[in-house]
Amino acid sequence: MNDSRSLKILVADDTDADRLILETIVRKEGHQVFSAKNGLEAVAIFQQEHPDIVLLDALMPEMDGFDAARQIKHLAGDEIVPIIFLTSLQDTESLVRCLDAGGDDFLSKPYNRVILKAKIKSFNRMRGLHNTMITQRDQLAQHHQRLLQEQTVAKQVFDNVAHSGCLNASNVRYFLSSLAVFNGDVVVAAIRPNGNMMVLLGDFTGHGLPAAIGAMPLASTFYGMVHKGFSMSDVLREINKKLKAILPIGLFCCATMIDFNFRRKRLKVWNGGLPAGMIYRQADGSITPMRSTHLPLGVLPEKNFKDDAQFYDVEEGDRIFMWSDGIHEARNLDGDMFGEERLLEVFAKGSEPVNVFDDILASVKNFIGSGEQDDDLSMIEIRMDAPENLVHPNHYFIHRQQLSPVEWEMRFEVKPTSFKSFDPLPFLLNVLTEEPDLRGFSGSLYTILAELYSNALEHGVLNLSGNLKKSPEGFAEYYTQREKLLSKITDGFVHIYVAYSSNIEGGSLTLRVEDSGSGFDYNARQGKILSTTGYSGRGIGIVEKLCKTVRYYGSGNKVEAVFAWINDD
Amino acid sequence: MSVTQHLSYDVLNSLQEIMEDDFGFLIETFIQDSQDRLEKLHRLIGSDDFDSVRRAAHSFKGSCSNLGALRLVSLCAVLERKALVKDIANLGIDLAEIEEEFLIVHQKMLDFIA
Repeated sequence: MNDSRSLKILVADDTDADRLILETIVRKEGHQVFSAKNGLEAVAIFQQEHPDIVLLDALMPEMDGFDAARQIKHLAGDEIVPIIFLTSLQDTESLVRCLDAGGDDFLSKPYNRVILKAKIKSFNRMRGLHNTMITQRDQLAQHHQRLLQEQTVAKQVFDNVAHSGCLNASNVRYFLSSLAVFNGDVVVAAIRPNGNMMVLLGDFTGHGLPAAIGAMPLASTFYGMVHKGFSMSDVLREINKKLKAILPIGLFCCATMIDFNFRRKRLKVWNGGLPAGMIYRQADGSITPMRSTHLPLGVLPEKNFKDDAQFYDVEEGDRIFMWSDGIHEARNLDGDMFGEERLLEVFAKGSEPVNVFDDILASVKNFIGSGEQDDDLSMIEIRMDAPENLVHPNHYFIHRQQLSPVEWEMRFEVKPTSFKSFDPLPFLLNVLTEEPDLRGFSGSLYTILAELYSNALEHGVLNLSGNLKKSPEGFAEYYTQREKLLSKITDGFVHIYVAYSSNIEGGSLTLRVEDSGSGFDYNARQGKILSTTGYSGRGIGIVEKLCKTVRYYGSGNKVEAVFAWINDD
Repeated sequence: MSVTQHLSYDVLNSLQEIMEDDFGFLIETFIQDSQDRLEKLHRLIGSDDFDSVRRAAHSFKGSCSNLGALRLVSLCAVLERKALVKDIANLGIDLAEIEEEFLIVHQKMLDFIA
């Protein structure tokens, strides 16, 4: 924009004397003057010089001021170019003609320098405001465009992460607005190695990018863990921990997560803050709500997080519905909310189960009418199906995995030179917890391994007597002796053998520990398994409690503990 | 009409102030302009192109107004109004009056710059 003291001003007047006066006045105000003798010249000069303000005589030969004004306004387009008509016309009709042609003001003859100066200043101010507005409008449009582009890219990235699952499986239907992630809604579904389907519907507080930001770690954590076979509580804990760490206070994620066991026809449900999902039973048309019993994800610190779930038995053909609060909070023109009651009425109508999904959507849309949609609707339906009827993208991979049991074993020996410095427990525990179904038992496994190993090392290899530990003073003595013996030991060994076996129902872990010591009279211990008291021998009691069996072999220098578990989901 | 002044010296003084050295040139331009317009009016009055008469009278009126020729403004206004309502009677007399007044204004302007 030009400085107000130096504008380009076009003066069009066919009377030489009048034009001369105007040119002089305008030039003396410090502006640059362009002159035209008629309308045609005025339009031509306008195109060439793009003046900021036009002073236009109404009556001119060739092309009069009215036509010239129309053409100039057309050429100016978006830009504001004030046109001031120079006229001594007084009648209403003529003045209206000037304004209709695009004129912004009049200057009557005789010309008055002070008034012309004030008008130029005022129009220049208006031009400035207008240009600022146009610039800001363009910037706004640009920002909006960029926001849309960014959202599109973000959505693509998110879709690539979120849709790597089984949302397109044959028994799944869902309804999500195309930009639902920017509404804070997220749906992820995946098949576990054991054939169960895990579905999570989340609703982040807020809208736009802040709401979408948490969806990414949620989805990637979900898929990363579900495919590896982690249990629902592991997945929930991990997501809760991540969200708690990254989301600011006040931003969290209401969510329902369901583990669908198609083989056992059982649901394991965790609902934190979402409206109750529904089980629609095909047999009698009854519905069972799955209500929220927890706080949303991302609220509680890790140690306070509760992962206990509800279990529901279902039949093939039953349909499970999950939704965010978009349906419940959909408003009609009067501002009433759709609410759970109206939702239940849709079920009560007793439509064919296959139609319920569409009925709900239709009913909500009908209710809203032309009212504004506060929140987008997100809904998902999962039909209980025979496992063999499920068709989803990674079907074959999963099928192969779930049928084949997993078995492995390993042997491990600790040499005498390492007794003092090497602790085999973290190493073993690392290997064991690579198996997803053992991960939940790492505490128990540590206790068992620690007890068996220290017994083998201390009572076996080092031949320390457990009787010493019966008094607090003996306890100290015991450890002094242990240090002394460890520092000079040159022979002996501890063998550890681990056998892992699992299938769809559960599995077992066999641990055998053999030491180079002389053993002990294990027959004498029979019968008082849990009755051992005092400091010594307490450990093995816990092992016996944790394991299915604990047996001694040979001279008592070999022990075998079998740890077993059942897959409950 | 006879009470109206021939020239407004206020207008001329302020024009002189604005135009400075170009004031003489402005007066010459006005006189040349006016003579052209009077010739044109002569031609038009013989025809029945009333609209052109009206426009020419209007433009001349505006120009006279700028130069402070008050009586010429009034006389042009009369001609303009008559042309608008197609009152053809005495148009020649009106033009003659304008020409007479212009001669007076011409002389007074030359006196003013002298």
